[in-house]
Amino acid sequence: MGTLIEEIFSRRAGKQVQASEILLLDVDYIMSHDNTTPLAIKAFRDIGKPILDKNKIVIHFDHAYPAPNVLAAENHKKIIEFVKEQELPHLLHQGVCHQVMIEEGYITPGSIVIGADSHSNTYGAMGAFGTGLGSTEIGVAWITGKCWFKVPETIRVELSGQAQAGVYAKDVMIHIAGLLGMDGGTYRSIEFSGEYINNLPMHERIIFPNMSTEIGAKCGLIAADEVTINYLENETPATGPFEALYPINPRYERVLEIDVSTLTPQVACHPDVDNVKPLTEVEGLDVHEVYIGTCTNARYEDLEIVANMLKGKKVNPLVRVIVTPASDRIYKKALKNGLIEILMDAGCTVTGSGCGACIGRHGGILAPGERALTTMNRNFIGRMGSPLSEIYLASPATAAATALTGKITDPREFLETIF
Amino acid sequence: MGKAWTFGENMNTDEIIPGRYNITIDPLELAKNVFCEVKPEYAKTMQPGDVIVGGQNFGCGSSREHAPIAIKGSQAKCIIAPSFARIFFRNAINIGLPILECPEAVADITEGDDIDVNLSTGEIFNRTNGHQYQAQALPDFVLKIADAGGIVNFLKTHDIQDLLA
Repeated sequence: MGTLIEEIFSRRAGKQVQASEILLLDVDYIMSHDNTTPLAIKAFRDIGKPILDKNKIVIHFDHAYPAPNVLAAENHKKIIEFVKEQELPHLLHQGVCHQVMIEEGYITPGSIVIGADSHSNTYGAMGAFGTGLGSTEIGVAWITGKCWFKVPETIRVELSGQAQAGVYAKDVMIHIAGLLGMDGGTYRSIEFSGEYINNLPMHERIIFPNMSTEIGAKCGLIAADEVTINYLENETPATGPFEALYPINPRYERVLEIDVSTLTPQVACHPDVDNVKPLTEVEGLDVHEVYIGTCTNARYEDLEIVANMLKGKKVNPLVRVIVTPASDRIYKKALKNGLIEILMDAGCTVTGSGCGACIGRHGGILAPGERALTTMNRNFIGRMGSPLSEIYLASPATAAATALTGKITDPREFLETIF
Repeated sequence: MGKAWTFGENMNTDEIIPGRYNITIDPLELAKNVFCEVKPEYAKTMQPGDVIVGGQNFGCGSSREHAPIAIKGSQAKCIIAPSFARIFFRNAINIGLPILECPEAVADITEGDDIDVNLSTGEIFNRTNGHQYQAQALPDFVLKIADAGGIVNFLKTHDIQDLLA
């Protein structure tokens, strides 16, 4: 009985739980990456106790990989030495941690996964509980296999209607961020539901839990259904049977109903994710870089939209257009199907998979006074480099349209090429 | 007693310590650049025991612990805010940086006020204007972690189960 998060936690606790209870729960996987693992190792060593279950630990190299400087290289070296010393079985370097966790089948409905990365909320797309924690708690969980959680209240977001051509899940989520605000989901679970969600394929669903982080949420959840099970069975090595949990007689703190059918392309403008405007209000603003990447919007289907729009055309030569596939698997599929060639022919710079320019340390750093339009999820001041640069967030289609003109451009002008 | 340093709403982890400085985990090194873009005078002139008074959703953004570590490294006594971002809240507790939720104090305190804080009772006293505020009490298990000086110290002498015992 309860909201989806209450159902997931009740199943693990072996008793009925409800919002505001504090629980100590076993976790299924403990995720960290090259940026956050060194501090987890420090906490682990300071405590001085052994690892409980090596199989639960998954470490990714994605944030500053391959190393862009000596300090990053030292971090990688430290992590590899630790992995060797502790004989850890899961060290991965094949893309953004969250994408790899999902495509390698670590995330299944009802599972509980903690990550030393704020966007670990992403796992909610599979009907799992995923949440971001600091490194110290990751080091603690290596030892204990457990984590404490306060059962959160739930905001249910019910999405109805069908999006217009040129309007994507990213536009809808940016719109929600504008409505709820950057602290509108703090401490809360956000359930994304309704006919719009039910009809979405997995690559579009992932955006909602992924960006629930940007409004402060503890988790963003989508109840597992046929789409989820089909994705797990066909696209991942995960083996069932999968148990799909769903809300039963839930009590919601708040229900937000949104009809997406009237929505137009949206942009989250500098410097806050909730500084949201319809694209038409910022159309024509010059950009210096277009970055198509990250755990939000660099999946195969995103690259396909961009390639379809750029095919046979040239991007504005004064704009740096950088494409960073979310994972090697996506990269290889895009290569095999000719998307990478189309993107390169159009003048895009395609990089190896990973977090790329999103963390402001390599792969497309911004100079003072520059403006980027990107498919990222976060536009904090200085995130991509200079604190005097600006970041605008939008869909891959908007990014492609903008790449062609060098100014923020409505993708609906290129509708015939999207489909 | 310490001086109040006030900050605005939605202070994010990049504003507390920009990512480019997160190449070290040394608290004293990080403290040199804490708030360098929003209030550069803080790192230069603050005194140990000073108090940070933030706006709502303090510490939003990244899961990086560098932000609370940088503040702890500056030797601020505690942070008072109406609300904290979720991960920042956990991180601060886990590293033993005291945090108090108290909207009344935040609304009334101005920069430079002399502030006394009793961490165990949550009482906050403003010596400059004579007002007293009561912060929301922290849950028992959070106090256990805070009293131990952080989760790492707690686990040196306890089992994780003892948190909720």
